[in-house]
Amino acid sequence: MFIRSTTALAALFLLSAATLAQASDKPSDPQIAHIAYTAGVLDVEAAVQALKKSKNKEILDFAKDMVRDHEAVNKQALDLVKKLNVTPEDNATSKALTKVADEERAKLAKLDGAAFDKAYVDNEVAYHKQVNGALETLLIPSAENAELKSLLETGLKLFQGHEQHAEHVAGMLK
Amino acid sequence: MALTIAAAPAKAETIEVTIEKLVFSPASIEAKVGDTIEWVNKDVFAHTATVKGDWEVMIPPKTSASMILQKAEAFDYFCRFHPNMKGRLTVTSP
Repeated sequence: MFIRSTTALAALFLLSAATLAQASDKPSDPQIAHIAYTAGVLDVEAAVQALKKSKNKEILDFAKDMVRDHEAVNKQALDLVKKLNVTPEDNATSKALTKVADEERAKLAKLDGAAFDKAYVDNEVAYHKQVNGALETLLIPSAENAELKSLLETGLKLFQGHEQHAEHVAGMLK
Repeated sequence: MALTIAAAPAKAETIEVTIEKLVFSPASIEAKVGDTIEWVNKDVFAHTATVKGDWEVMIPPKTSASMILQKAEAFDYFCRFHPNMKGRLTVTSP
């Protein structure tokens, strides 16, 4: 538990560091699109790992929901960037998110059974919380294009829903 | 004439609740037993209308699902996939 909290905290620091680096220079719409899309892809990857490793019905159902929702919202994001003729641009925040998610997946790969289930769902709570923070404080306020802003706002509600759903699943494992 | 109308049993209605961008709208509904609630899901996400330990209606993306109200009761319902989506249903006897 301590180790996982530390990871979540480290993730927050990384994201804050990236946020600070951009404080004077808000992320552009192409960067915001990249961050939001990356956040979805990373959660799908975490879910795919859970679908392979877990045998718990609650976890499997939750992971399937994550794949379905994040793929659906990312399809909307792709349609939107195409329509707006925007090319998503890699950036420090996307890199920080990816680095932390890769480390977390490597750590989860070593766990099995109930230990995996708990670590996965706890990380899902922390991850969605972290992305929600970034959406609320950085991405939504920085977005210039109204349609992108609106999609991010829907994304925030979706991620907040997932955070509560993950908390519910975590409660059921106890 | 007025008397006839007053004496006629209340006609069952269909009440529509739209789901868009993870919001039930209207969030609060008043209906009578025998009425139908139809949830119209405009999102690309699957949603549910769930009352814990009682009933659940699945509402797949871009489709509608409905339920006929059977008993006079007030319900707080939510979406099981996105528990931040909440609605309220107050059902009274016709």
